Amino acid sequence: MTALTILLVLLLLLVVFGLLFRLQILTSIFSGTFTKDIGMSNSVNAILMLVFLFGGGGWFAYSFVENFSKMNPPIASVHGHQMERMFWTTMTVIGVAFAITQALLFIYAYKYQHKEGRRAYFFAHNNKIEVIWTIIPAIVMAALIFAGWKAWTRITGPAPKNSVVVEVMGKQFNWLVRYPGRDMKLGVVNYRMIDAVNEWGFDLSDKSSLDDFTTNEIHVPKGVPVLIKIRSRDVLHAVYMPQFRVQMYAVPGMPTRFWFTPTTTTDEMRARLGNPKFNYELACNQVCGGSHFAMKATIVVDEPDDYQHWYAAQQSFAQKNPEVLAAFKQKAQPLVSQAAVSAEAKEAAPVPLAASY
Amino acid sequence: MAAKPNLSPGVQTQGGIGTGPVPATEHGEHLHHDDHEHHDQHWLWKYVFSQDHKQIAKQFLITGMLWAILGGTLSSLFRLQLGWPEGTMEWLKPFLGGWIEAGKLNPEFYLALVTMHGTIMVFFVLTAGLSGTFSNFLIPLQVGARDMASGFMNMLSYWFFFLSSVIMFSSLFIETGPAAAGWTIYPPLSALPQAISGSGAGMTLWLVSMALFIVSQLLGGVNYVTTVINLRTRGMSMSKLPLTIWAFFLTAILGILSFPVLFSAALLLIFDRSFGTSFFLSDIYIAGKALSNQGGSPVLFQHLFWFLGHPEVYIVIMPAMGMVSEVLATNARKPIFGYRAMIGSLIGISLLSFVVWAHHMFVTGMNPFLGSVFMFLTLIIAVPSGVKVFNWLATLWRGNIRFTAAMLFAIGFVSLFISGGLTGIILGNATLDIQMHNTYFVVAHFHLVMGSAAFFGLFAGVYHWFPKMFGRMMDEKLGYIHFWLTFAGVYLVFMPMHYVGIAGFPRRYYAWTGFDAFSQFADMNKFISIAAIITFLGQFVFIFNFFYSIYRGRRATQNPWNSTTLEWTTPIEPGHGNWPGEIPAVYRWPYDYSKPGAEEDFIPQNVPYSQTQSSNLPYEQEMAD
Repeated sequence: MTALTILLVLLLLLVVFGLLFRLQILTSIFSGTFTKDIGMSNSVNAILMLVFLFGGGGWFAYSFVENFSKMNPPIASVHGHQMERMFWTTMTVIGVAFAITQALLFIYAYKYQHKEGRRAYFFAHNNKIEVIWTIIPAIVMAALIFAGWKAWTRITGPAPKNSVVVEVMGKQFNWLVRYPGRDMKLGVVNYRMIDAVNEWGFDLSDKSSLDDFTTNEIHVPKGVPVLIKIRSRDVLHAVYMPQFRVQMYAVPGMPTRFWFTPTTTTDEMRARLGNPKFNYELACNQVCGGSHFAMKATIVVDEPDDYQHWYAAQQSFAQKNPEVLAAFKQKAQPLVSQAAVSAEAKEAAPVPLAASY
Repeated sequence: MAAKPNLSPGVQTQGGIGTGPVPATEHGEHLHHDDHEHHDQHWLWKYVFSQDHKQIAKQFLITGMLWAILGGTLSSLFRLQLGWPEGTMEWLKPFLGGWIEAGKLNPEFYLALVTMHGTIMVFFVLTAGLSGTFSNFLIPLQVGARDMASGFMNMLSYWFFFLSSVIMFSSLFIETGPAAAGWTIYPPLSALPQAISGSGAGMTLWLVSMALFIVSQLLGGVNYVTTVINLRTRGMSMSKLPLTIWAFFLTAILGILSFPVLFSAALLLIFDRSFGTSFFLSDIYIAGKALSNQGGSPVLFQHLFWFLGHPEVYIVIMPAMGMVSEVLATNARKPIFGYRAMIGSLIGISLLSFVVWAHHMFVTGMNPFLGSVFMFLTLIIAVPSGVKVFNWLATLWRGNIRFTAAMLFAIGFVSLFISGGLTGIILGNATLDIQMHNTYFVVAHFHLVMGSAAFFGLFAGVYHWFPKMFGRMMDEKLGYIHFWLTFAGVYLVFMPMHYVGIAGFPRRYYAWTGFDAFSQFADMNKFISIAAIITFLGQFVFIFNFFYSIYRGRRATQNPWNSTTLEWTTPIEPGHGNWPGEIPAVYRWPYDYSKPGAEEDFIPQNVPYSQTQSSNLPYEQEMAD
């Protein structure tokens, strides 16, 4: 019924519109403007160009300033501050280019509107001007490329030796988190060993996996480089932590990584924002299925001491799930020697946490 | 009886290019014969399975318009969800059926809407509808050819597109829903029906449809390139081609070189989905089962996809650039500034477009060194794009501008291209892309620069060449209303989207309400949704104007815009073969507007220098003598 009403209303609107249109044509035929080549409408459009430039430009400037505070997520990492500076510098550069070119476009459109008896200036080319406006953007681009390249190599370069290691694994539709435990080595995981309990697919026949522990939240210490190792066990996901300016895909079959140094603890950020409920959030940023939009995790930035205490208090996966461990012990052959050892096992062992203090 | 033209391209082109005038009697006799044949032509061959490039162009245009209405409708649906995440959609149940559950849009169907909106707009509207329409319509008319090099292949091109359209459309109605993995169909999501229901039959249909679409593009592209190279009329050297033709020509080359790579990606994905191969799949545990696939790489798919996907955005925008250049020059009554620089920058953009694809992949786990290389190559593309913008501005400078609807859309195109293009400088910077990747900043960027701008190019083209297509004029006043509504609307939709993106809102999110970080722009999203839906409804002004004017529009004159190019030397409604007599020869470049000393403010390309003694430049005078 509602659908029918909607359709009827639309139909009615169409009819009214058609009648008005017909009326407009008839009046223009009688007033003689119907066949006129260039009439009033030309100057009306020219004026509208100016109106659009100033009205639109004014609206844009106003809404930009108005929303400016909302569009800057708080920054809590070292490289995040550098990126922020680069972002707004680039925005300023393109803002200048934007203002100049748009202003010229609309002002020229207004100024050079058709006038009876005037003739356009026959100006087909000028190599000097062409060269100038090729070289100037090229120089600006070169500067931006250089700055971007330097920052990019630093950010994506190898993590410092003293980095804290945490691994996250994306799955439909939540994030699994694990830490290397006391031995500071992430144990072997194997996707064939995944089941409802062993969500990571821990291969407990590998000694270094015995003390690995899993958590729901990601805890990281302030002021220490954090290396996030990233996996996916089903489809593509992406680790996106807007406040840390971190983003990296989680790719099934290909572990990825990203490192950053948090600068503000969760408590400090809560105090600064005056929002006691504030949390750093990890969002999935590569479409992964129906509940993609709800796939999040919380990151807690602790003072290094608190972090140490928290870390020490965790129980390992093997301790929490003795039946899984028992099942591994029953099997005579260590599964780790079988075919599907993940690429991770071949990598150098992660650097100990202790080295950072 | 009026002499109607000869059908077979071989014979005609001889008349046009090589041998000069054919003796009148022989010509006439021959033509008469063809004329007779034509009257007997069944309507099915004349209007449906037509081999005439103008008819095929109209078929592409109208199919593209239908697709655009559908694509716009889908976007309105998901904008409703984004603007009012808490609101009820019960009233849409009659249309969407089971996809509305307890008054809420199904989140998987939301992704299907987004996916189909992207697929439809990028491929079916802006590739087939824009390039297909105007390459077909304008190439033979503007280079001075009777028809495409192969009319039959051209017909096949449309019908493959049609078949592809039917399959894609039918996928909307199947039980598991259409493809829902995003228009980029990244595996494993697109490969595994367990991951999302749209990756079942919907994805199969998507891939089949796309394979047929690629066939259509290749058949069209080969034809466009061949026609431009071989069938130019006498005197029409490459350096006398209108910029439209240069743009279509380079677009077709891009398509021929890049679409086969998408085809290979689609084929490998079909293998992975149906035949148990592991090109893109590895180490997957899903729906309670570990899959046996080992050693594939999802990143490989992304390389293959974007090797087409990036040139694709230039396939979309370059025809618009060409048409806008033409419309700006015509209506500013001025030569396009820097004709050669315009061609050079088109060539530069075309070349660069092949070596920038991985800027879509900075944070996908690709080697960071590759990221630096692609950042470098990507940002270079700003230089030829800048040259184009400056040249358009210089074309307006000291012009004598006539604001036709087409001219308004051309100016709008330049404005949108600037606004959207500049933010590309941010996204092309790998460092900044870490934060901006897959946020609404990206959505705003490409909707302005290749979505809206290409649409504006399309509108400029339709308003400008409508008289040539249908022999009637579109209503100018409705054109003005359409333009100002759309122009303001597009900015109101996409400018605020940048703010949302800078704040880090991820794209393809059904709702942001679950995140503290993304909750601050609820009002802004409502605003964007309202603006988007009004702008979409505004397009019906155009649709009305278009169909009304086909039948009731003011009758066109032969050259309503006082333009210089060859299509305006044909009869008001050109028949099959385009020119009733001999194809005119070309003597000059296409932009002799407001030439000092000339009587009129335009000199068509087919006027020899010997007839324009008063306005010839010194070197032209030499040619005249």
